[in-house]
Amino acid sequence: MISAATRDYFELFQLPPVFQLDIDRLDIHYREIQSRVHPDKAAHLSDGEKRLFLQWATLANEAYRTLRRPLDRARYLLQIHGVETGEEDNTAMPAEFLLEQIEWREELQEAQARRSQPALDRLSVRLRREMNALLDSLATLLDVERRHSAAAEVVRRLAFLEKLGRDLDQAQAELEA
Amino acid sequence: MLLQISEPGAKPSARPRRLAVGIDLGTTHSLVAIVQDDRPIVLEDWQGRVLLPSVVHYHADRRVEVGYEAGAWQSDDPENTFISIKRYMGRGRGDVPERQGIPYRYADTSGMVQFETRAGRVSPVEVSAEILKALRERAVRALGSELDGAVITVPAYFDEAQRQATKDAAKLAGLEVFRLLNEPTAAAVAYGLDQGAEGVYAVYDLGGGTFDISILKLTRGVFEVLSTNGDPALGGDDFDHAIYDWLLQDTGIPAPAAGDARRLLAAARAAKERLSEQARTRVTVPLSNGSTVERTLTCETFEALTEALVKRTLAPVRKALRDADLAIGEIKGVVLVGGATRMPCIRKAVAEFFGQAPLSDLDPDRVVAIGAALQANVLAGNRAGDDWLLLDVIPLSLGIETMGGLAEKIIPRNATLPVARAQEFTTWKDGQTAMSIHVVQGERELVSECRSLARFELRGIPPLVAGAARVRVTFQVDADGLLSVSAMEQTSGIEAKIEVKPSYGLNDGDIARMIEDSYRHAQDDIAARRLGEQKVEAARLIEATEAALAADGALLSEDERSVIRRHVEALREVAEGSDWEAIKRASDALNDASTEFAGRRMDYSIKTALTGQKLEELQV
Repeated sequence: MISAATRDYFELFQLPPVFQLDIDRLDIHYREIQSRVHPDKAAHLSDGEKRLFLQWATLANEAYRTLRRPLDRARYLLQIHGVETGEEDNTAMPAEFLLEQIEWREELQEAQARRSQPALDRLSVRLRREMNALLDSLATLLDVERRHSAAAEVVRRLAFLEKLGRDLDQAQAELEA
Repeated sequence: MLLQISEPGAKPSARPRRLAVGIDLGTTHSLVAIVQDDRPIVLEDWQGRVLLPSVVHYHADRRVEVGYEAGAWQSDDPENTFISIKRYMGRGRGDVPERQGIPYRYADTSGMVQFETRAGRVSPVEVSAEILKALRERAVRALGSELDGAVITVPAYFDEAQRQATKDAAKLAGLEVFRLLNEPTAAAVAYGLDQGAEGVYAVYDLGGGTFDISILKLTRGVFEVLSTNGDPALGGDDFDHAIYDWLLQDTGIPAPAAGDARRLLAAARAAKERLSEQARTRVTVPLSNGSTVERTLTCETFEALTEALVKRTLAPVRKALRDADLAIGEIKGVVLVGGATRMPCIRKAVAEFFGQAPLSDLDPDRVVAIGAALQANVLAGNRAGDDWLLLDVIPLSLGIETMGGLAEKIIPRNATLPVARAQEFTTWKDGQTAMSIHVVQGERELVSECRSLARFELRGIPPLVAGAARVRVTFQVDADGLLSVSAMEQTSGIEAKIEVKPSYGLNDGDIARMIEDSYRHAQDDIAARRLGEQKVEAARLIEATEAALAADGALLSEDERSVIRRHVEALREVAEGSDWEAIKRASDALNDASTEFAGRRMDYSIKTALTGQKLEELQV
């Protein structure tokens, strides 16, 4: 018996362990698995079986969430290959990247100060373009060139940009309110 | 002896249908429905009424009346007559807005509010249990048999404490809860199946005391809640109060006597309901001082009085759309739920906002109970093959208190249920063997602005130098949105013991005491109930095990099969008797013996799930 805790996410959904994942198939396989293991399927069964279903459904949700989001999927792939992204302690990012970050932040603050929705929207479009370019490079680094430590650095950059994206969303929400 | 004679030509059913009902436990009224002959029907009381007013009245001898009979006491005995009790479920004193016309006497307690009545102190859980008991009795009378289980609906926005309180009330009422289902999800089930619809839907639910907006995605038989929002303290009651305030202005009375307040409120509600059909209505209320309030209310005046309330519903709608990352145009349809959506001003506002007329084919009062009954029928296993799956999300983030009274999020809002997250903690003193953890729910950064859910005391940590112990605490939220916690010290593998103190709930001891109390008063036999429960559980277990052996027995060796069969026979034998503890022991033994089998079946099921999928994919 394979316990729910140790199951590989790609294996669970019977998909190849690649960054450029077939998302449609992931969606279909997730629903198919969930329709077998969801606790609702055990509503009339014994307590022991209810627990088992709960464990597997929890795993399926966690695996799906991880593989569905590109950044988490990249982190998970790197973890499989034994590469730590070290996002908590590895703050030694290249100086030009950090300078860029400061510029992004300044632009965000300025748009907020001016309460300018168009400025926030423009920033959002640029940020998305930048993140898409990094995600494209991740696909090459992970699936083609298999340069994992270079991929880990791109993941760290994306983590910075994702945080910026959240702050940007927050600023837009505040302006709408 | 009675002979069972089956109708000529009728197929003998493989096994008896399980009786599972859907219950809409509402703020102003509650309903119970069941699926019979593949059709959902809402059950009536002996007078042919389907709505049970969610009103409970306590007499001095602890005799309890529920529904219309209880409602009759609203004016004469308001302190002992509870209306809108749902507002208090899992809530502390500070959470409930003070408002005129609420005559209850709060008991001096911390945590969930309690009330002093002439029959003693009662909690909202006990009051709600009385409503559920009345519905259960209605169902048993109509169906002629005890129920196997129920699906009970809750507002999508209910936090953990409120969901737990609802489940506790069901337990107290002797109902086996198959699932707590979000009300808007239930409404979508009712509509989605009738219309075979796919796409993104908004469910606008303005009930008596709560407003919920949910954005649901329906695909391939899966209902996903993309986002939920709402206002747990806004509902049809507030529209009554708006008219009530307007009536009061006319009388010049600053604070009417409790009885007058009830009469004015009842008149306000009746006037509101009449305005759904007509353009103007006359309100006449005799007061206890001999004077009479008489006014004419027009639709225009009513709309002006309630414009702010209608607007208040639209702010959460916008937030829910933003959370789901959707534009208004992407909503395929809008489902109306709750009697308050009969108000023309609401229908107009919803139609204007979404740019389309809302769906209203089903009675907005019944749609939730109907959906719950359909789901109960599926969970009971009464449908084979073509059933569907409901995926829900956690409505509010779960977090823990960290240094400086800050809340650190552990499970983010809108994560698909069930979900689990682990967090590691360490000791800060040499030899420390215990630590306490405070779990909160909400989106705010300060713990003081979130809801306190529970405090956990972790004990049995091996004494080590400060910072050496690594305690991994796992927070598991089940499909009902209910939390459980486990802990393990990583370096030693020692399981740390957890004692849960729910901040707004009841602990197991409280519930056991309430159940015993209710039996003392009902002069019923608690032993008989325990025996009954164990027999039902044993029958369920035997049936499930035999079905599993028949379907997947090949996954076991001959020896393994015979071990399980022996346990089945042993259980079958003791279940004939009347020793509930022996039945429980035999059930536990069978459960233990089948654990490995259950695991293998699960593995097999997952493997075949995806191989069986390949054909369908080719067609896509």
